[in-house]
Amino acid sequence: MEIKVDIQKCTGCRICKNVCMYDAIEIVGKKAVINENCVFCSACIESCNYDAIEISGLIASEKDFSDYSGVCVYLETYADKIIDVGFELLSSGRLLADNLGVYLSAVLICREEPKNLNKVFNYGLDKLYLVKSHIFENNLDDIFAKALVQVINKYKPEIFLAGATMFGRTLIPKVAAIIKTGLTADCTALSIDTGKKILLQTRPTFGGNILATIITKNSRPQMATVRPHVMEIKISNNIDDKNGGKNYSSEDYKSKIEYIKLDESKFKTKYKLINIEKETEEKINLNDYDAVVSGGRGLGSGEKFAMVKELAGLLGGVVGASRAAVDSNWISYPHQVGQTGKTVNPKLYIAIGISGAIQHLAGMQTADIIIAINKDPNAPIFKVANYGIVGDIFDIVPKLINRIKSGKTLI
Amino acid sequence: MIEKIRIIVCIKQVPAVMEIKINPETNTLIREGIENIINPFDTYAIEEGVRLKARLIALKDNSFDVEVIAISMGPPQSVEILREAISLGIDSGVLVSDRAFAGSDTWATAYTLSKAIKKIEGWKIIILGKQTLDGDTGQVGPELAHILNIPFIGYASKITEISRNKMVIKRLMEDRYETFEVRLPAAISVGKDINIPGIPSLRGKMKSRSAEIPVWGNEYLGMEAKECGLNGSYTQVIKIFTPEHKHETLMLSGTPDEQVSEIYSKLKELNLI
Ligand SMILES: Cc1cc2nc3c(=O)[nH]c(=O)nc-3n(C[C@H](O)[C@H](O)[C@H](O)COP(=O)(O)OP(=O)(O)OC[C@H]3O[C@@H](n4cnc5c(N)ncnc54)[C@H](O)[C@@H]3O)c2cc1C
Repeated sequence: MEIKVDIQKCTGCRICKNVCMYDAIEIVGKKAVINENCVFCSACIESCNYDAIEISGLIASEKDFSDYSGVCVYLETYADKIIDVGFELLSSGRLLADNLGVYLSAVLICREEPKNLNKVFNYGLDKLYLVKSHIFENNLDDIFAKALVQVINKYKPEIFLAGATMFGRTLIPKVAAIIKTGLTADCTALSIDTGKKILLQTRPTFGGNILATIITKNSRPQMATVRPHVMEIKISNNIDDKNGGKNYSSEDYKSKIEYIKLDESKFKTKYKLINIEKETEEKINLNDYDAVVSGGRGLGSGEKFAMVKELAGLLGGVVGASRAAVDSNWISYPHQVGQTGKTVNPKLYIAIGISGAIQHLAGMQTADIIIAINKDPNAPIFKVANYGIVGDIFDIVPKLINRIKSGKTLI
Repeated sequence: MIEKIRIIVCIKQVPAVMEIKINPETNTLIREGIENIINPFDTYAIEEGVRLKARLIALKDNSFDVEVIAISMGPPQSVEILREAISLGIDSGVLVSDRAFAGSDTWATAYTLSKAIKKIEGWKIIILGKQTLDGDTGQVGPELAHILNIPFIGYASKITEISRNKMVIKRLMEDRYETFEVRLPAAISVGKDINIPGIPSLRGKMKSRSAEIPVWGNEYLGMEAKECGLNGSYTQVIKIFTPEHKHETLMLSGTPDEQVSEIYSKLKELNLI
């Protein structure tokens, strides 16, 4: 296996050298030369205007995947409810399945049937594999993985999707490793190459500055975890029911549910869960709210976070923070947004006194609407903001709070 | 005989990019200020390895001895981060490097690392960063633990108990802390809430300069060509591009009261108030 530059075609234009993130290209005598730092990420191949770079010597696979068919999604539950990303996956799974002309199925592993179970049928689901047992009381990845593997090996979907939640991102790699197939992490776009009938999995890397499209070459299913809050939830028009997609009784769908039996004695966990501490009065699940209001260095002290909290409260949102604020101990780490904190994707993100270092932007730039308030007109946060206010946060924010509280026009 | 307990810290060299710009004419990337560094989360893994060793030694159990080893798979220049790890208190380093390993996805990386770790006697605790700056998948830890058939606890934020055969780990999930007990050997991944990394000591720096760092290639690990590198990978990156930014910033002018009014009406439009 080799990556090579065709020196007949190469003009030494340096574009490939500029795009390479790994210092793997040198220009020697007006020709590009690829060195040992190369990770085969293909950025240079893509960038070359002369088709001069090529990977060769890949061992061809002659595997036959014709017995794999359909799209299957994993419905993660928490506190006896299917979490939202499940409905997002069903919606995007339906589109992929339609594109391929195949079935959409889903797997649910639970201790009790979730309260919102019937909702899953609003998205054009053809089959639900339901695994129910008391052993699934807590999210322990080893026994969940075993159950998922059992379902996947039996029904052989060609595509398998799960939410890129914290649990999903530890569970699904385990499943992929057991099945011995590829896994693409934290995707934000999925589509089908209709010619080759394969899944194109696109995901942000390098802190969201670059998107990479990844394929699963020679194994099945093609597995991906998908970033929550990215895929649009879409009620399916394939609904074969008269009630307009709502309030079905489970009777209507009995035929679509397949109960999976397992031999519980074979499901031994390696973990001993000794304690769970839920979020108390402080909200820390930044991805659960439509609005994230974040404070940064500009606040100057921990006490000043009070106004950030107040604004977040009025908007029904949650408090975020920049790394600078967390490192200064003004607020705890679970609130940190950015490369070394959390990635959030809310409807609204308000940045208060945050300059917007590239590492912070990595964690929030996909928010639908970004409002930034900062006294420095050159702060990089304004580059990603939809609305910017150059001003004194200690003037603007209290005014905004009062404005919302009074709920009346000032002018 | 004295048992040797080995703590393995997995570290990866990554490019840290200070800024990425787009050339508007060619629509290609211009990256500025690339520096090869230890993956930021791996510096916490290094520190935790050093601390766990100290905690195990503090048990004053004469039947075992502890060593903490950093291991990195990557191009030859990755030797630099192994030296840095030694300056930070790691006892020794191993570089897993071979042209045949290039292009590894997370599976091939985990598989190759597992082959290397199995060459090290007495490994009991494996510490990884929770994810990297570049690939950013966080998949290597769970895949590696599966191959080694040991439990994996991701996002560890505190090791509350450690002994020669078990560990109690507290971890932070989206909205809750979970505490687990696992028997060793086990693997964990760590984020920045677990510790505050130290700085290189003078002794460490001296040691790191003279340290012998063995390079393990495929001749030593003995994998088949179809098992390693891009050939041994199930996934392949086929395209890299920059996101479209079709976005404009509206700077709100006027007095603070007017600016606030405008924001207020936007919030109303969004149905947030
Ligand atoms: C743009 C891009 C996108 C990619 N997307 C995917 C993808 O979706 N799926 C996929 O399977 N592969 C993907 N890869 C390949 C992947 O980045 C490499 O396999 C890489 O070697 C390990 O994955 P990671 O960087 O995601 O590590 P992570 O799993 O995020 O790393 C977690 C921890 O594992 C340890 N670790 C990781 N790599 C090494 C190493 N080489 N040596 C020692 N310790 C290590 C470190 O402790 C690290 O903190 C991608 C690569 C690129 C360039």
